[in-house]
Amino acid sequence: MEKGRTRVDLFEYQARDLFAKHGVPVLAGEVIDTPEDARAATERLGGKSVVKAQVKVGGRGKAGGVKLAATPDEAVARATDILGMDIKGHTVHKVMIAETAPEILEEYYVSYLLDRTNRTFLAMASVAGGMDIEEVAATTPEKLAKVPVNANEGVTIEKAREIVAQAKFPAEVAEKVAEVMVTLWKTFVAEDALLVEVNPLAKVASGDVIALDGKVSLDENADFRQPEHEALEDKAAANPLEAAAKAKGLNYVKLEGQVGIIGNGAGLVMSTLDVVAYAGENHGGVKPANFLDIGGGASAEVMANGLEIILGDPDVKSVFVNVFGGITACDEVAKGIVQALELLKSKGEDVSKPLVVRLDGNNAELGRKILSDANHPLVQRVDTMDGAADKAAELAAAK
Amino acid sequence: MAIFLTKDSKVIVQGMTGATGMKHTKLMLADGTNIVGGVNPRKAGTSVDFDGTSVPVFGSVAEAMEKTGADVTVVFVPPAFAKAAVVEAIDAEIPLAVVITEGIAVHDSAAFWAYAGSKGNKTRIIGPNCPGLITPGQSNAGIIPGDITKPGRIGLVSKSGTLTYQMMYELRDIGFSSAVGIGGDPVIGTTHIDALAAFEADPETELIVMIGEIGGDAEERAADFIKANVTKPVVGYVAGFTAPEGKTMGHAGAIVSGSSGTAQAKKEALEAAGVKVGKTPSETARLARAALGA
Repeated sequence: MEKGRTRVDLFEYQARDLFAKHGVPVLAGEVIDTPEDARAATERLGGKSVVKAQVKVGGRGKAGGVKLAATPDEAVARATDILGMDIKGHTVHKVMIAETAPEILEEYYVSYLLDRTNRTFLAMASVAGGMDIEEVAATTPEKLAKVPVNANEGVTIEKAREIVAQAKFPAEVAEKVAEVMVTLWKTFVAEDALLVEVNPLAKVASGDVIALDGKVSLDENADFRQPEHEALEDKAAANPLEAAAKAKGLNYVKLEGQVGIIGNGAGLVMSTLDVVAYAGENHGGVKPANFLDIGGGASAEVMANGLEIILGDPDVKSVFVNVFGGITACDEVAKGIVQALELLKSKGEDVSKPLVVRLDGNNAELGRKILSDANHPLVQRVDTMDGAADKAAELAAAK
Repeated sequence: MAIFLTKDSKVIVQGMTGATGMKHTKLMLADGTNIVGGVNPRKAGTSVDFDGTSVPVFGSVAEAMEKTGADVTVVFVPPAFAKAAVVEAIDAEIPLAVVITEGIAVHDSAAFWAYAGSKGNKTRIIGPNCPGLITPGQSNAGIIPGDITKPGRIGLVSKSGTLTYQMMYELRDIGFSSAVGIGGDPVIGTTHIDALAAFEADPETELIVMIGEIGGDAEERAADFIKANVTKPVVGYVAGFTAPEGKTMGHAGAIVSGSSGTAQAKKEALEAAGVKVGKTPSETARLARAALGA
């Protein structure tokens, strides 16, 4: 969980499409979600294909999620096997029907990503591709070249040759890999990606290099200039509560526990999760049910939206509203809570779960007074973060 | 003393005439900040009245610096235009640019950071996606509430805005020399290490509180720095002990940083450097009090 920033991880077929768009050599392929469609797709590829499960997790080959089909009928059979399969907790809803690769002679690895430590972009390249790159980095680090790339200078063919030379690619493929490094950089920049990775980049019998599998993660902060990216999000896979929260512009993550959490500011909310989890150790092991940051404003409407999501979570037994009034005054927040409960009641929502509210900071006394005066039967005021977390955990455990 | 920002700082606001800029310029003025101008090319030559204080609007950062001697800019420009605003500040060689804007694309922040480097790092960048910094009683450059605490002997550096406020509140009776919110984005200008070095050199700071968060390896690197360079007591807090692992694909990021990025790993690294680390904000405040004998 990384705060305040959403990265959109793409499926292989989406990565393939973006690679193709920017000139990275890939094999033909199309995505389908019903077995029967595998027939026509395989016919379009000349009668044979590879059926590849589309899941955002590694190791699908070993799990039986990648199968060769020698005929269109076989492709339908393999697609039938693979669709609906569970791979490490991920259900397969789509398969890619891909062109079969020519004979593979060697497998390489190439990627671009952000190097947070050095605040620069980084090219990584290795002749030891096709396997888990983390393992290559751990066991044979000398086989993984890491070359910083200046964001404003980018990757020219000269820079690409430098990367390829550092990774010691064989002479006969060096120039072809360098060309891939240039087109892959184009993909990285043009798509506002946080990661573009090709693994394996295969050297095939003809001497060409082809991206056989890849990963792309996009930066949601760039959506303002990437109008096509919204369509790439896997909305179906999102938890329904997360999807509903996102539609309301809320920063919400569903977790496993029973104490609903609302707070302002990602750091404070993350800290609240910790404090509630510690408190839960004294109350039967209850845990936070979610992460929800309502941000700085915390108007009645935003508070109502947040409460609506959390009260709609059947796992939630109690709710902890933890607000530190910075610029926003606590009296405004308190009014927001009272109005939100009225609003939800008037909408016919089931408002029966206890709320523990902690207000501190700007105008905290006024805010606390508003809550006390409202005397709402479900709302309890506790004025320290630790005390409120303990009360919320106790209430959740008692349910 | 204080770090990076004092009563003598002359502050301009890029994006002052927008709604957020207006709101916070007013608050910064109320905290005593010497705001000498705003920047908006379309409104150059006009001025804005804030409760009787007239603040002139200039066409560019360079013009504002030339006419006012400004040495700090606070950037409230929306994400789509933030890169251009920061590049303008770098070109003008203003000594400090505080980038409040949230939601800047990584390719933009990586670009302006690389640009600052190519220009010799004459501009210190704080942020983006940060609450800015405050030297209580002197000046406030950003959105940290000015009335939480008073001047004092604790220096604070934090990735998180609201945790900065929470910690200032917990220790409000002791007070702060300066509090710096460096932001939690993947690419930030000023780091924990930069602030630690400045607090170590600041005679008014007796104790440093450092707040981190899961992700990246900034806290681990700060721990190495503290071990080698910081003689003052440091108390730490890391948020996110119980946060689940993110849904990221692969671990290419971990290869780069060489750290798992978990709160536990950060806590252990800091403790190995002699930093006392609290498990909650309140425990962290108690550790700070104990270290100061307060």
